[in-house]
Amino acid sequence: MKRSVYLFCVLSLCFAAMPLFGQSIPEIAYDSTPNLLKMPDDIYLGEVLGVSTNSKGHIYVYTRTGSVNLTTGTNRVLVRSASRLFEFDQTGKYVREIGQGLYGFVQAHAVRVDAQDNIWVVDEGSNMVIKFDPEGRVLMTMGRKPEAINNPVRPPAPAAAGRGTAFPGDTFNGPSDVAWDAAGDIFVADGSVPSRVAKFDKNGVYIKSWGGRGEAPGQFSSPHSIVVDAKENVYVADRGNKRIQVFDTDGNLKTQYANVGAPWALCITSGPHQYLYSSDSNTGDFENATIYKMELDGTILGKFGAGGKQLKAFGTVHEMDCRKENEVYVGEITNWRVQKLTLHPQKIESSRTAAAK
Amino acid sequence: MKCHIGLFSLLLAVGFAPRLLAQENVPPPAKAFATAPEIAYDSVPNFLKLPTGLYLGEGIGVARNSKGDVFVYTRSGEASRLFEFDPKGMFIREIGKGLLGFQMAHAVRVDPQDNIWVVDEGTDMVIKFTSDGRVAMTMGRRPEFGGGLRATPPPNTPPPAAEPYRFGRPTDVAWDAAGNIFISDGYTNSRVVKYDKDGRFIKAIGTKGNGPGQFNTPHSIQTDAKGIVYVADRGNRRIQVLSNDLEVKAVYDNVGTPWALCITPGPHQYLYSSNSNPDNNNSLFNAVSGEIYKMELDGTVLGKFGKAGKQLKEFTTVHAMDCRNENDLLTAEITGWRVQRLTLHPQTQTSSRASR
Repeated sequence: MKRSVYLFCVLSLCFAAMPLFGQSIPEIAYDSTPNLLKMPDDIYLGEVLGVSTNSKGHIYVYTRTGSVNLTTGTNRVLVRSASRLFEFDQTGKYVREIGQGLYGFVQAHAVRVDAQDNIWVVDEGSNMVIKFDPEGRVLMTMGRKPEAINNPVRPPAPAAAGRGTAFPGDTFNGPSDVAWDAAGDIFVADGSVPSRVAKFDKNGVYIKSWGGRGEAPGQFSSPHSIVVDAKENVYVADRGNKRIQVFDTDGNLKTQYANVGAPWALCITSGPHQYLYSSDSNTGDFENATIYKMELDGTILGKFGAGGKQLKAFGTVHEMDCRKENEVYVGEITNWRVQKLTLHPQKIESSRTAAAK
Repeated sequence: MKCHIGLFSLLLAVGFAPRLLAQENVPPPAKAFATAPEIAYDSVPNFLKLPTGLYLGEGIGVARNSKGDVFVYTRSGEASRLFEFDPKGMFIREIGKGLLGFQMAHAVRVDPQDNIWVVDEGTDMVIKFTSDGRVAMTMGRRPEFGGGLRATPPPNTPPPAAEPYRFGRPTDVAWDAAGNIFISDGYTNSRVVKYDKDGRFIKAIGTKGNGPGQFNTPHSIQTDAKGIVYVADRGNRRIQVLSNDLEVKAVYDNVGTPWALCITPGPHQYLYSSNSNPDNNNSLFNAVSGEIYKMELDGTVLGKFGKAGKQLKEFTTVHAMDCRNENDLLTAEITGWRVQRLTLHPQTQTSSRASR
């Protein structure tokens, strides 16, 4: 039903372009701001795993920098931090570092900002989700960093062991992303091994989890990114299965979109008409780096991007922020940078018109 | 898949422990849970004021000195760190930054002379600082690095024989009136060791097991004014009470899994014991753990307070307690990375009892 409403929208807005659907997806023209982030002299970004903006437009970047340190206990090997969280203002000017040397900063995976401007960090090395208030103080922690790792590493149990069921509980194993619904309930996309979504109330009390590793509808193979829209639909980037699965907030599967490649990163715009962006990221090569712009019902409106190392090109987009529809921030793994992209969707029309001629 | 190689693959092996825990049988509540009256209490919001850029990690150790200054030993990013705050929670200083003995925090305690004692289960050391922060005595020795990273023993490997002056992941320290030192030692050694005030070995008791005088992770240790020793035998879910010569005198098995003990000073001493929720914060255990018990020294339970959770007044795995003042407690929490200051209102408890 909802689908037909959206379809009507699309039809009425882009009637002339209809013949293109199913054949080629329109390209969205875009620019990238050169040298967006101004780093202090002695600070460098490493791999940018997370990027997010708050309501004032400040930019948060969660990056893997330097070495992970392993140190010896008597019989144990202890892991020390090696990821850093930076804040920039809306012009890209460096503001500050948050949580330098924090116990839970090991291997960055995502940063998101909630509706109250709290900053949430997801770390797949410490297996933690950490909530900071806007001032940068720790408000809540979820999961727990393993005290030590085995030396030599014991072989993991066969992946088949965890197939098909979502284990319950608060403990993460390589968590990848976090999102919230309007009530403040917390949704954590939890790792390639558990491949589950875990739901908590706003105080961090575990409610339920769903998924489990597999290919069947409702199962996941690396749930890698998660967003919730204003109507409480939960979108999970099921990267390994090359699909986006859409659930209600109780984990009931509503639909899936399997036409946007391997979704690495999702973001959803704010405002009355929300859009979904999904990145089919390349892995350091020059192929297949495409970001899709979609209606929430999965209709593809356009695409942009290409793999590469120049400005405007992408080196493994790992997280996106699209608080504003035509201002998309991308954090790239292999290019060690954040780009601010300004989209020009009106130019779709003209290129379409040109194509039609 | 780039983001899933490297360290993450190392951590995968560790990550499997949680899966097992999730399926672990949930223990019954503490025997005293149903009958212990509730003690009313408050928690001071934002008690510790950290300077900008300084963070607590896991709240492992907390203790006050005679002036009310608060010492916190925390597992931080680079290593473990020891912070001092004034009685109102204002940051004063860091002690021993980068110290050889600081690796994996386990406890901090302050003795009657205001010396600060740190127990580190990573370096296997107990370190005594003077009140002004200088190292006064070291016990145990940090393993040398030579030979590279040590192999992790496979599960169920018997621990090496305990030595008088080396520890096996020690957990806590206490003293009697003569200054004798009692150390709960620890995760691998499963014993309690007594030293004289100069650190000379006197005797030890305990091997791993659940018989009398055996231990399964002796996790916290306290002494009362008579020199009697109380050991939180966490893995066996009991408190073992030992004489000053380390003979077993009594066992209290009614307060759940004792993670942390503290004993109040003064003519009438009380014992607090925390039945902490597990440090993976598994909510499946929240119904059966998280509360702290107030007891007479003879084991009589007087009341309980608290529950598992992440909000103020709730607990995220209490790992240490300070009860230098009977109704003004400090708790350090592992998974919540915080210290709470609790004000107990036992009189409210009495009146609520009376009103029933």
